[in-house]
Amino acid sequence: MARKLLLEHAQLEGISTYEVYRKNGGYRAVEKALKTMSPDAVVEEVKKSGLRGRGGAGFPTGMKWSFLAKPEGVPRYLVCNADESEPGTFKDRYLMEKIPHLLIEGMITASYALGANTSYIYIRGEYSWILFILEKAISEAYAAGWLGKNILGSGYDLDLYVNIGAGAYICGEETALLESLEGKRGNPRIKPPFPAIKGLWQSPTVVNNVETIAAVVPIINEGGDEYAKIGTGKSTGTKLISASGNINKPGVYEIEMSISVEEFLYSDEWCGGIKNGKKLKACVPGGSSVPILPHFLVCKTANGENRMMTYESLSDGGFATGSMLGSGGFIVYDEDQCIVRNTWNFSRFYAHESCGQCSPCREGTSWMEKVLHRMENGQGKMSDIDLLTDVAKNMEGNTICPLGDAAAWPVNAAIRHFREEFEWHVKEPKLCLERNYGLVHEPVANTIAV
Amino acid sequence: MPKVKIDGVEIEVAEGTTILHAARQIGGDLVPPAMCYYSSLKGSGGKCRTCLVKVTKGSEKDPRPMPKLMASCQTMVMDGMEVASKSDEAVTAARAGVVEFLLLNHPLDCPICDQAGECHLQDLAFEHGKATTRYEFERRTFEKIDIGPYIKLHMTRCIMCWRCVYLAQQLSPERVHGIIGRGDHAEISTYIEKSIESEFSGNVIDVCPVGALTDRTFRFKSRVWFLNPMNAHRDCPTCSGKAVAWMYGGEIFRITARKDHYGEVHEFICNTCRFDKKGAGDWTIEGPSNIDRHSVISQNHYEGASLTVR
Repeated sequence: MARKLLLEHAQLEGISTYEVYRKNGGYRAVEKALKTMSPDAVVEEVKKSGLRGRGGAGFPTGMKWSFLAKPEGVPRYLVCNADESEPGTFKDRYLMEKIPHLLIEGMITASYALGANTSYIYIRGEYSWILFILEKAISEAYAAGWLGKNILGSGYDLDLYVNIGAGAYICGEETALLESLEGKRGNPRIKPPFPAIKGLWQSPTVVNNVETIAAVVPIINEGGDEYAKIGTGKSTGTKLISASGNINKPGVYEIEMSISVEEFLYSDEWCGGIKNGKKLKACVPGGSSVPILPHFLVCKTANGENRMMTYESLSDGGFATGSMLGSGGFIVYDEDQCIVRNTWNFSRFYAHESCGQCSPCREGTSWMEKVLHRMENGQGKMSDIDLLTDVAKNMEGNTICPLGDAAAWPVNAAIRHFREEFEWHVKEPKLCLERNYGLVHEPVANTIAV
Repeated sequence: MPKVKIDGVEIEVAEGTTILHAARQIGGDLVPPAMCYYSSLKGSGGKCRTCLVKVTKGSEKDPRPMPKLMASCQTMVMDGMEVASKSDEAVTAARAGVVEFLLLNHPLDCPICDQAGECHLQDLAFEHGKATTRYEFERRTFEKIDIGPYIKLHMTRCIMCWRCVYLAQQLSPERVHGIIGRGDHAEISTYIEKSIESEFSGNVIDVCPVGALTDRTFRFKSRVWFLNPMNAHRDCPTCSGKAVAWMYGGEIFRITARKDHYGEVHEFICNTCRFDKKGAGDWTIEGPSNIDRHSVISQNHYEGASLTVR
């Protein structure tokens, strides 16, 4: 049985209440940090742990924390990004629903490390019921003296607030989140300045994902070095993966980052294999924004090595033959799924969620959506395929925030790996409405177009 | 003072200058186009992505090139920085891409648009765009809206540069208009077609780079290239009173604020000057206004020595 650090007690009766959580070793990390450690020591411990941001980009958390500017007389803020809106990702939801106190404990520890006296949890509008779960947990924590003035007699004050968004994907981008938190329209800011210098209300701010902040708790409890022993290479610790699609056991799993994709996909402990005995067609390993992988690149990398559930291994081969771990939204497609339809569906999402601030993303996302829509409906042209690649190229990297990239990557990757399926949609306009293309053929070695 | 090299031309500029401003100090072809950035409006810029440049050398201290194309209106120069503007193929390709995006839903109704001839999108498309489009879908359209007695909002032409929003926020005491909606259905709007009442509201027409906001007192009266722009001033209790009177013979057709070489206004004028004072006796005419950037206007009706532009 694999080790669980975050979801160890998730199935325990009443773990969402303070009493049960405390009885099962809760708030030990806060005690340890506030009583025995200096804020810098906490940051050091997180650095040692090698923890990488769990929101998608995988930036080392300790390093992010050490970038925080600390000018005299200016408040600092910690903001938890609970605006989990990526299609295919639902790990934070599970964690907050089940063990809200874990997040709160992590928030207190991390705020102490950063010297923030006010911290916020920004939660997406669609998670309205979790808002109440968190509010209840926070009031319990206040009542028990874990929040408020002079926590544990250490002289450290912290106020924690939950703020609800209005349901925009873009508010998961950290600077758009800060704008929204300030009560403005959720448009990403132009960087630099980065939030570590000028964030919330022009003050230094750290924005971290729910899972990242929760992971601080086991790091402090067990020590950074112990945490770093789990996993492989630069992917240390455990990761929550939300598995969905055509698998026997969809759900949220906590894995050590040392298992292979094959094991995760086919073992009964995790996904339990493809549903109804079908064949694997493709897999999106990290949420809708990351490149899709065809079946022959899911379990093995281009040079025949086993693909592991780690940041490095999933991105092995770059975008040509690899993908990204992203936020851990593991979506599996069986042979009956249509890649064109799936790409259109993702595109539609990005067209709907683009903030409309900068031109390439505003116009490009909806253009791609329209082209893919007509292709899916058997009205596409052969030139559309190159048009899509070209539009994606014009968007990628030319926008203010990564939403433009996130919209371009899935389209690029789908065309790169499933070009024959796109062409089939054009050649067989009637047939493509009746049935799906099926599996794609594995190209002869070393001929994959970059 | 940092030294920066843009397309091989070196210039020394003040600390905190953006690449765009450094390029403007050099002048000529290498100046990146700017559709949303506006010097006198705080917070503007970064949105249209037409001013993208390639930073081939970060600075003397850190010579690594920047990984992405940068918005030159937002990127500060560093000492020793080297920038490729029009000389780089990636830059011109990216700009052509942006022009294509901007024109996707643009109605291309230049023949009936009042902005034609002084439209920045026309200039941009001419310099950086292609003659054909690959877009085969119905264009996005909106109803025309009158926001007050003076201003017509024609959202279909809008390129979402946000200049008018920043102007309204920074020039008028209360905020009455902004952006509603998201993505490609976002639109500039006042709350339920409410009019903009500020005494300086007319300036949104000047900052608009396209024909989305036009002067209702001038609409369809004349093409701009038939008019002679003359610097004029009057004693105004509200504003500086320095303006440009667009004349045909002795008749004033419209008043605008004075724009610089890049079409930017630095002294905004009030609505009384702009909309109400159009009698020849209202203004003291100083002489022809210099608008060399807009070739269409410059090429017409400047016969005679007294009217020669510059």
